[in-house]
Amino acid sequence: MKAKLKVENVFKIFGDAPQDAVERLKRGEDKKTILEQTGQTVGVQDVSFEVPEASIFVVMGLSGSGKSTLVRMLNGLIKPSSGSILIDGDDVASCSAETLRNIRRNKIAMVFQHFALFPHKSVLENAAYGLKVKGVSAAERRKRGLEALERVGLDGYAESLPSALSGGMQQRVGLARGLATEPQILLMDEPFGALDPLIRREMQDELLALQKSLRKTIIFITHDLNEALLLGDRIAIMKDGRFVQVGTAQEIVANPADDYVAAFVADIDRGRVFTAETVANAPESVQLATDTAETAMQSMEDLNRNALYVLDGEEIAGVVTYQDLSTAVRENNGDLASALITDFPSVEGDAHLNTLYGPASAGLPIAVTDETNRLVGVVEPEAVFAQLSGDETSQGETPADTAPVAPARTVAPETA
Amino acid sequence: MSPSDFLMIPFSDWVNILVREWIVPNFRPFFRALQVPVSSVLNWLDAFFNFVPMVAFTAVLALIAYKTAGRGVAIFTLVALCFIDMIGLWPETMTTLSMILTSVFFCVVIGVPVGILAARSDRLWKITRPVLDIMQTIPSFVYLVPIVMLFGVGMAPGIIATIIFALPPIIRLTNLGIRNVRGDLIEAAEAFGSTPWQMLWEVQFPLALRTIMAGLNQTLMLALSMVVIAALIGAGGLGLTVYTGLGRLDVGGATAGGVGIVLLAIILDRITQALGEQQQVKTVSLRQTFASLFRLRAAPAGETRSAG
Repeated sequence: MKAKLKVENVFKIFGDAPQDAVERLKRGEDKKTILEQTGQTVGVQDVSFEVPEASIFVVMGLSGSGKSTLVRMLNGLIKPSSGSILIDGDDVASCSAETLRNIRRNKIAMVFQHFALFPHKSVLENAAYGLKVKGVSAAERRKRGLEALERVGLDGYAESLPSALSGGMQQRVGLARGLATEPQILLMDEPFGALDPLIRREMQDELLALQKSLRKTIIFITHDLNEALLLGDRIAIMKDGRFVQVGTAQEIVANPADDYVAAFVADIDRGRVFTAETVANAPESVQLATDTAETAMQSMEDLNRNALYVLDGEEIAGVVTYQDLSTAVRENNGDLASALITDFPSVEGDAHLNTLYGPASAGLPIAVTDETNRLVGVVEPEAVFAQLSGDETSQGETPADTAPVAPARTVAPETA
Repeated sequence: MSPSDFLMIPFSDWVNILVREWIVPNFRPFFRALQVPVSSVLNWLDAFFNFVPMVAFTAVLALIAYKTAGRGVAIFTLVALCFIDMIGLWPETMTTLSMILTSVFFCVVIGVPVGILAARSDRLWKITRPVLDIMQTIPSFVYLVPIVMLFGVGMAPGIIATIIFALPPIIRLTNLGIRNVRGDLIEAAEAFGSTPWQMLWEVQFPLALRTIMAGLNQTLMLALSMVVIAALIGAGGLGLTVYTGLGRLDVGGATAGGVGIVLLAIILDRITQALGEQQQVKTVSLRQTFASLFRLRAAPAGETRSAG
């Protein structure tokens, strides 16, 4: 899929001699030295990235890392000191005011941290502001403004003033204003940063739900790594104006690029980042019709497992444990069906690990299934906790070769 | 020992030469032409106010006061205007009112655009600021003489002197109001592709309106304080009553004129202040503000405030 937004070697220096500072940065001098020697403040240095259509790109960084400056350069609110920002081939950094205005009106909208709603306009007028500026007729504005409000669940408040709404509702208006012009790109500058934790959580889920139907290209700025990991198809960690690491949530948590990223990652809830697939073993199984208790026990010994799934053709019939099988061999002449546990735990491959705690408590391996309910993997309860602890060595118990393969498999469909 | 022992600067001679021998002979027609719009607005207003019967005018102004500032101010307006009429100063008061409104009209026409331009350009504001400082600090008697030389005597020169005196606050407060519009709102307007005009009309001006109204109120009050001084160069109205009383040591006449000015000032101040404060409840457009003023249905003051 082609890149909707392409940023190449962008620098932003605040000061009166930006080119000099850019040269110094290219020679390898750091931000602090440049500030001391020339008085120029480095906002963003040498940032390049591409955002494919319909994906969420999250830029995460602490305050002062340059993330707000970066997002403002994407729609030309701040001009970069050097570099180019291409939206469908138009360079925002160097195009004429007229072209820039057309790009802003038709292609790129923005949602602000402190909502930035116009206090003298009603909720509907706020939502339809982008349309008014474009010269859309009043009736059409009203219709499309109401549609946008409906999408964020605020159609009942069209005539209220923003000040009459709570923070969460105000930001929904901000989002509706961004959606009303039907832009392909949505810039979100810490949109949930000013909200209560519970509301924030709700808005994040809602954004993900909206994104499923809207499929916008979203650039999302945040200082909260959990938020970044939850929302981002790809995430960039920013420090001192440069990208320290860019990757998927799982790549960043599994392999932090440096101590700075590692320090962030240490605190996050790994259960929300990793999915069942990342810890799943190969879907080894035995057939109900052809295998016996003895052959099943032999397979377990070969695979070094304590339990195995039993298939009836393509369908999962149940799970058998080594212990039950040895009993079956003694008492039921090795009948596989007599040892079958049909009440087995199962999850979908993209389930996060934090939803696996319940199924894992039964002590049985968890079946990982696809949409058609076929067995695609098996998760050992120990593997879940090994992944959560972030301890790579304890994964030695599970066949090591499946672990690195699995994340790659989950990543591909999301970004492609 | 002082610098004046070595060199005396004939500053006053320079100014005399500049004004008498250069500006007056060369630019008199230009300045004469300048007072044409002022005179025509003034004559129109003066004719209008002197044509409207006292009872009708009082009723309308009381209604406006009721709609904007509430019952108390409305009653005060009614009583004050009756009192002015009964002390025999009604025609003078109407003349003064038309002078004030003419000056304020020109202050708004000049001041609001200048304030907006100054808010958009730091360089222009750097030039404008000292000019405003001079306009506010220079004693008005200083520019009365050149004004008489350039414009002659009469109502229009008096109004021009008043405009010079009353202009600074509306420029300052328009500039302040526009500059104080929250930065993220400007960013938002820009991010959605507003042109500079759309930004001004949709966002900056409505949000600055409250501050601009405060400036208008200040300008109005300053204009009122100039009426006596303007009478010195031939302007009529209540100022002339005071000035004549002063000349004849007629304490009663001067006081009557003075009381008329004070009463008019209080009424206009309360009404314009209330217009500004309405913005606090809900910022509405200028058009809506005036529409609500002239709406015929008389709503109670409290309701008017919450509704608009």
